Amino acid sequence: MGSVDLEHYLILGALLFGIGLYLTLAKKNFIGVLMGIEIMFNAVNLTFISFSRFAESDSPLAGHVFVVFVITVAAAEAAVALALAVLVYRVRDTVDVDRIDLLKW
Amino acid sequence: MEDTGTVIAFWLLAAMTLGSAIGVAAVRNLIHAVGMLIMTFAGLAGLYITLSADFIAVVQVLIYIGAIAILIIFAIVLTPQAGRHNQEGFMRFPALGLGGLIAATMIYAALDTDWATSDRPGFEGTATVIGDALLDRYALPFEIASVLLLAAVIGAIVLVRPEGMEEDE
Repeated sequence: MGSVDLEHYLILGALLFGIGLYLTLAKKNFIGVLMGIEIMFNAVNLTFISFSRFAESDSPLAGHVFVVFVITVAAAEAAVALALAVLVYRVRDTVDVDRIDLLKW
Repeated sequence: MEDTGTVIAFWLLAAMTLGSAIGVAAVRNLIHAVGMLIMTFAGLAGLYITLSADFIAVVQVLIYIGAIAILIIFAIVLTPQAGRHNQEGFMRFPALGLGGLIAATMIYAALDTDWATSDRPGFEGTATVIGDALLDRYALPFEIASVLLLAAVIGAIVLVRPEGMEEDE
């Protein structure tokens, strides 16, 4: 068995971020887009925590504090974005981002 | 980290996290996608434990699995006909290219950089230190975060309030 180092966690975070970005850009459903954003938040949190664990630092737990704030903002963002999804559905009867195109040129 | 248990746990949790994240993109039914998303969050909570971040792992389970996943399920249930389809739009292949490109760039940077790592052991209980830091050094961001949450909650309620409620009052 080998050992698990910082690079393993960074690669995992990068792959998760790529999947989240793909979801955000490719999905037609607004709620699917939102799931991609949540996965990207989580990838960034994983990177913060792994740097906090492995990196040379005087106050290593500052990374954890930052993650607490990221999770707070993510929760606020999810609440408002899902409220917007419900509102758009009520007005337009769809949450398909390809068909919400009132601002299209 | 050398001990066999942690190494096995890392590989299992990494496979579970990545597999279910791909599942979110692959499954057609949006409810199943939320199930996959919950698996991703749970795998990440396990990974936080392997990084000896016990407080963040518990917060991850409470907020992501307990609150955000439930919120997403609520939103799916409240948007009935349109909410069941999880297919990709015309941006599918550009998105695949861009996501792969950014992931590859970050992996290259992670492997190429000589990180200043230290060999210290894992943390011994992080909750007390995080609590002290939040109310001492980070007190102002902490208060701003609470105002942000209050604004978000009030905003969400105002946005989805049924129309015509003003006249009833």
